[in-house]
Amino acid sequence: MSRSSLLLRIELQSNPEMLCVVRNALGQLAAMLGFSEPECHAVVLAVDEALTNIIRHAYLGDAEQPIEASFRRIHLPHDGQGRDALEIVLEDRGVTVNPKKMCGRALEDVRPGGLGLHFIRESMDTVEFSRRKGRNQLRLVKILHVQGPRKGS
Amino acid sequence: MQIAARHLDKITIFDISGDIDLATSPQLRKALLREFRELKVPRVVLNLGAVRYMDSSGVASLVEGLKASRDVGSRFILFGLNRTIREVLQLSKLVKIFEIYDNEEQSVAP
Repeated sequence: MSRSSLLLRIELQSNPEMLCVVRNALGQLAAMLGFSEPECHAVVLAVDEALTNIIRHAYLGDAEQPIEASFRRIHLPHDGQGRDALEIVLEDRGVTVNPKKMCGRALEDVRPGGLGLHFIRESMDTVEFSRRKGRNQLRLVKILHVQGPRKGS
Repeated sequence: MQIAARHLDKITIFDISGDIDLATSPQLRKALLREFRELKVPRVVLNLGAVRYMDSSGVASLVEGLKASRDVGSRFILFGLNRTIREVLQLSKLVKIFEIYDNEEQSVAP
C-alpha cells in the first residue's frame, strides 16, 4: 500500500493550446520534487503525449471536452526499500480506448504517427490504462531517485 | 511557435522558435510540404536553435517533410538542435534518418 499526498489538480479543456500551460506547470512541479533535468523533461514529454492522445483519439479533436489531471507524491516499495514517486492520473470522458490497440508501432516503420505511446513508455516507470465509470484513466508513475526537493528550488 | 523564412540562392532556411506540439506542428508541416511539393525547392534547411520543446507530432511533421523531400529529390537538413530536441529525436530512434549539421554554414555548403 502506498501513501499519497495530492500536490496539484488541474481541470482543463481538450484544447491543444492548453498543452504548453500544463507543460510549464508540470516542469516546475517535477523540479520542485527533486527530479533531475532529464527526468523533468521525460515527465513533461510523457504527460504532453498522453494529453495529445486524449485530444486526438478519445475526443477525436473536439477542443471543448473535459480532462482532469491529478499529481500526487506517493511512497512505494522499490528494490527492497521505500521510494518516493510522482503519480499522475489523467481522466477523460471520451470514447473507449482499447489498451490492446494502444501498442504503438515498430520504430523501424519510418512514418508519422504512433510515436506518442512509445515516448510515454520510455519516459515513465509505470503506465496503466483503465476504463472506470464511463471514463478513461491513465496512471503514470515516475520514481524519484534523489530524495527530497532540489536545493535552490 | 514562429516560423521565419529566408532564401539563399536555391535554399530555403526556416528559422523556427518556440514549442512544436499538437497545436503548432500543423503549421510546420504545411510550410515544409509547400516548399517541397509546390515550390520544388532543392534544399530546405531547418534552424531549430530556438526551439524549446518538440513532441511526437513535431517529429511526425519532420518525417513528413523528409518523405516529401525524397519524393521530389530535394534535401532536407536540420541544424541547431539543442539537447532537449536531440533527446526527443534519439528517443524516436529516427535521428539517423535525418541529415543533421551543427551550424548553418555546414547546412548551406555546396
